[in-house]
Amino acid sequence: MRRSVLGRIWPGVTAVLLSLGFAFPVYWMFATAFKANKDVVSETPVWFPTSPTLEHFQRAVHADGFWTFVGNSLTVTLAAVALSLVIALLASFAIARMRFKGRKSFILVMMMAQMAPWEVMALAYYMIVRDADLLNSLTPLIAVYTVMVLPFSVLTLRGYVAAVPRELEESAMVDGCTRFQAFRRVIFPLLAPGVMATSLFGFITTWNEYPYVLILNKDPGAQTLPVWITGFRTAFGDDWGATMAASSLFALPVLVLFIVLQRKAVGGLTSGAVKG
Amino acid sequence: MSAQTEEAAVRPAAGDGKGGAPPPESPRGRPLPGVPYLLILPTAVLTVGVLGWTLVQNGLMSFQTLNPRQLIRHVTEWTGIDNYREQLTSSEFWHVAARSLVFTAVNVVLIMLLGCAIGLLLARLGSKLRLLLSAALVLAWAMPVVAATTVFQWLFDQRFGVVNYALDKLGWHSMHGYSWTSGQLSTFFVITVLIVWQSVPFVAVNLYAATTTIPRELYEAAALDGATAWRRFTSVTFPFLKPFFLATTFLEVIWIFKAFTQVFAVNEGGPDRLTETLPVYAFQEGMGSQHFGVGAAISILTIVMLLAMTAYYLRLVLKQEEDEL
Repeated sequence: MRRSVLGRIWPGVTAVLLSLGFAFPVYWMFATAFKANKDVVSETPVWFPTSPTLEHFQRAVHADGFWTFVGNSLTVTLAAVALSLVIALLASFAIARMRFKGRKSFILVMMMAQMAPWEVMALAYYMIVRDADLLNSLTPLIAVYTVMVLPFSVLTLRGYVAAVPRELEESAMVDGCTRFQAFRRVIFPLLAPGVMATSLFGFITTWNEYPYVLILNKDPGAQTLPVWITGFRTAFGDDWGATMAASSLFALPVLVLFIVLQRKAVGGLTSGAVKG
Repeated sequence: MSAQTEEAAVRPAAGDGKGGAPPPESPRGRPLPGVPYLLILPTAVLTVGVLGWTLVQNGLMSFQTLNPRQLIRHVTEWTGIDNYREQLTSSEFWHVAARSLVFTAVNVVLIMLLGCAIGLLLARLGSKLRLLLSAALVLAWAMPVVAATTVFQWLFDQRFGVVNYALDKLGWHSMHGYSWTSGQLSTFFVITVLIVWQSVPFVAVNLYAATTTIPRELYEAAALDGATAWRRFTSVTFPFLKPFFLATTFLEVIWIFKAFTQVFAVNEGGPDRLTETLPVYAFQEGMGSQHFGVGAAISILTIVMLLAMTAYYLRLVLKQEEDEL
């Protein structure tokens, strides 16, 4: 079967055009952040930052309260990720390795909880937090973020725990390890890809979370980066250079972690699968 | 939404070791009777304490008049089903509900069509182009939602936005200085482009991964039988990927129907509250107008609609899990 020239090259051409389309917004964010201001507000777009500058980054970093927002974001993110990871490890070990009454219902509840429409329930959580007199504090945020991440972590880690050959654990126990020691020395190191996958998911969810912090914390001292970035119009006027610099700083850790960790998490899985 | 798309992306990968069957007894016999319960205790307590309590609170609030007056005096004023009656008889509510449904349908259809087309394209590309396209897709996928909303506002900026410039240059001169956020449809257009851009990579990458599991022999057999390209798609590719299509479509329905950040951050539901979808409407009625009871009733109605739309899928998933457990 012979194909016309057009028929042979269209997949390649489409692929290149699509790649440009999907990458462009991310490129444009970084490009704008590094461009001199006259190139940002220009009637004819300047496609490359020909004379790169850090002035937008300086304005963003020196904006009121920037470091408070960074500190708050890091606090809630790290706390929620660490908490949910530890708690989920315990539960995933139980459901992957032990038989007990209620195991099945527990798993089904986790599956339902995973689909909870959190965005829609923020008003009710606001009322609970308000009644407890905890508005404008980071603790209720950490609590709700932990629970948002928990079901996914439990269900994912359960898969990884179950994939560790039981014989490894048993031989460790035959050699005199307690169940806990067997877990810590034998299973835990093998769970690394699972731990990475769940931490990545937890990090992205928490780092990005917007409706809850918007509703709960009106005090700028207790807000996180997403509120600051979406409120850039009040913070910067129409200063697109500084806004893109702020967005770049916000996006960079996620982009880096996603690209680095996703590879490792997926790689760990497949290499395990090949060995059987 | 990028975080949520994560969720399903990692899950199927972990699927083979899901530990579906109940674990056999350990060589030392049953564990101490309390141990498994101790291990799941923190998870159970937190889930019930935060998620469960919030749901109950949401339900209770929806039967109350909860305005600033009641809040300040700390009184509970039960009103029965008044909040629901008020909403279900208001044309405003039904407008917003219909808008949310159309918005969800348009987005899901676009995401599935584009995502599948790009996924199939990935499958027939050479390795270099495939790497290029996957890299671009992963970049869009990993972009945090909040950063993406500001970037899209900048792309569609009235005066210096690159979109207006390009449309003007391409000959559509009336788009010079066009204000995207002044109209209902144009605001929805921006939100839709944003959501589709962010969601397509998930569908495309996973569809491509799924096509790699289809046995080559099936295509060879089809080719021997003289099947056309379209026939190969309908008789081999599609049946194989049907569970994938089903699961992804329902997940996208859930994510888009409850999407808050993109819709709110782009234009706060404006102009004139004309781009409010149900989650934003509940927020504006509850927080904005300080009618928390009304907002809670709207959010319960939203959850009910979401359940109705996804009941078929939820039943399927839960049944499948139950069989496996």
